[in-house]
Amino acid sequence: MNFDYNEEQQLLADSVRRFLAKDYDFEARRKIAASEAGWSAAAWATFAEMGLTGLVFPAEHGGFGGGAVDAMGIMEAFGEALVVEPYLPTLMGGLALARSPLAGSLLPAVVEGKVKLAFAHAEKGARYDLGFVKTRARKAGDGWTLEGEKAGVVGAPMAERLVVSAAAPDGIALFLAENPTGRPYRTVDEMRASDPVFRGAKAERLEGGVELIEALTDFATALVCAEAVGAMKFACDTTLEYLKTRKQFGVPIGTFQALQHRMVDMFIAQEQARSMACLACSRVDQASDPKERARAVSAAKIKIADSARHISQESVQLHGGMGMSEELKVSHTFRRLTVIAGQFGDADHHLARFAAL
Amino acid sequence: MDLNYSPEEAAFREDVRAWLASNLPGDLKDKVASYAHLSKDDLLRWHGILARQGWVAPAWPKEWGGTGWNVVQRYIFEEELGYAGAPPLIPFGLTMCAAVLLRFGTEAQKRRFLPRIYNGDDFWCQGYSEPGSGSDLASLKTRATRDGGHYVVNGQKIWTTLAHYADWIFCLVRTDPNVERRQEGISFVLIDMKTPGITVRPLMLMDGAHEVNEVFFDDVRVPAENLVHEEGKGWTVAKYLLGYERMNTGRIGESRRQLAALKEYSAHLMGDVRFRDRLSRLEIELMALEITNLRFLDRMRRTGQPPGADVSMLKIKGTEIQQGITELMLQAADPVASDAFTDAVRKKYLSMRKTTIYAGSNEIQRNIIAKMTLGL
Repeated sequence: MNFDYNEEQQLLADSVRRFLAKDYDFEARRKIAASEAGWSAAAWATFAEMGLTGLVFPAEHGGFGGGAVDAMGIMEAFGEALVVEPYLPTLMGGLALARSPLAGSLLPAVVEGKVKLAFAHAEKGARYDLGFVKTRARKAGDGWTLEGEKAGVVGAPMAERLVVSAAAPDGIALFLAENPTGRPYRTVDEMRASDPVFRGAKAERLEGGVELIEALTDFATALVCAEAVGAMKFACDTTLEYLKTRKQFGVPIGTFQALQHRMVDMFIAQEQARSMACLACSRVDQASDPKERARAVSAAKIKIADSARHISQESVQLHGGMGMSEELKVSHTFRRLTVIAGQFGDADHHLARFAAL
Repeated sequence: MDLNYSPEEAAFREDVRAWLASNLPGDLKDKVASYAHLSKDDLLRWHGILARQGWVAPAWPKEWGGTGWNVVQRYIFEEELGYAGAPPLIPFGLTMCAAVLLRFGTEAQKRRFLPRIYNGDDFWCQGYSEPGSGSDLASLKTRATRDGGHYVVNGQKIWTTLAHYADWIFCLVRTDPNVERRQEGISFVLIDMKTPGITVRPLMLMDGAHEVNEVFFDDVRVPAENLVHEEGKGWTVAKYLLGYERMNTGRIGESRRQLAALKEYSAHLMGDVRFRDRLSRLEIELMALEITNLRFLDRMRRTGQPPGADVSMLKIKGTEIQQGITELMLQAADPVASDAFTDAVRKKYLSMRKTTIYAGSNEIQRNIIAKMTLGL
């Protein structure tokens, strides 16, 4: 038993942190989020140089063959810095095609940072049901064509290619498709998404179906849990700092017991969330049984959804009016944590899944 | 990062589990499972079985009977005891008084008391709280006045758990009322419960159980050799003990057993999504506590440092979970049943409210984290 990152993981997380502190501070991040593109080519190039874009892909395609635990420290750092780059969508897209013959032609470019991907799975009305896919795939000569509409695909506006789920005659399957230019929009947490529409678009079929979608979603959920831990750490740290410096009635407000106890409860929630993120990432890497993996991930997501709400809401409340202001990073962290609470399934969804396992 | 136990640790757990399967008496196990009253004899019988196996005080130094296990092995052992449904080991002698003697006691005190604690010859209780000194313990008034080779003790302790079983009590007493910082006038003394002038009066709690008492001291003469550490340094001793107390209140093995029992007991409610979700949330709280606890143990094992103030969160979450389980047991019970077990389930709910109050209330634990960990 051991809860530390190994030396490589720690070195990588440290260098990511150093880069973000230097080139991705709150001001820089604000400019990137407000820019037309909504992402930073310079930051992405650095991610590729550091090996982040190849971290979880197989070595045969230029990657490092890492797992969720290898990505944990990076996701934590991203959460603290509120990185808006389409990192997770690219990882999901890349992992979706990693075991297909097509991987050889595309993954090396992803690893090099030249190609970004997004995972176009969700549709209107699906809520969190991974098996709800109305988009259809038809055989057309040697290839396939897609017909249908995806929704809320984060990272799609800047992705060169999309991995798309669609109902084929033999069940739900995954396809690689060109990115149809949909109208990009800003999400609550200042990321970019679009609703790609496919009208007879050509696509290449990948290996795997619903089981792979579930495995990928569990992997991504575990990483989002780690990202949430980073965001919660920032929310707690900055709120604690505020309690120590903000004076009212002639004293720092952190001297009031009513606020001290609320701060302690935030701190405990953060520690419990960290424990569950460790569990989710380890099980995603190690569990041989998909049920064991799903149970750990759902349990973690429930805890993270609850703590994300608790900590984000309290961090704004304890900042008073300042917590509401656009000017303070804590309000942006609030936005990200609000989205994370529901990303890949909210607490209610995962409670149902946890109980059914 | 690897959340799995090593093969050696897993084998150790198997050994403990196998030993418990053949050495934990069935009648004691049944009593624990049915929330029945455990008599002094029950408690001492189990203590004796563990003592003969050499496992009653794993954390002690080997020369005094400890097992030499590391913190993870000790945790596994405690978890298995709880999970098997073993009677509790009363901590006042084994954990608390012993920890104090090992750290602050003289050789003579260690030789006199430790073997008797180990073998269960002396039953100990803890004299801390007073009617006017609960959370504000340092305001305590029980007075010890030096008279030649003795201290003369006058005053009252309250909420004294199992004082009616006890042969000895360790007490915080005020030896000097004229100090600037009231913490400085406090001393830590060991008192034989048979000394003339001691009266134990039961305090009945809302579940109808006699567990705690008032203890009155009326000119009780205590030999000066029963002072532990220096006169006026009792507060240092008390603070040292606090960390020990908090680390042991998570009760994860026991909660896992009770959660499994709750699942069985509430099987008829699994179709009720509202109930089922509350149960799942409780189960997940316990998973999170278990891993948080392991993170603390991993830190202690790596750094060799004693637990920090942040272990208070284990007390807070552990007791909330223990209460949560009894609350759902109460809810799952047939509202019109009046059999013995249902009655015990209801009383257990009443009784478990104590857990967030004793051993430093959960509000005091939050004060500790706020001050020591967060610097507020």
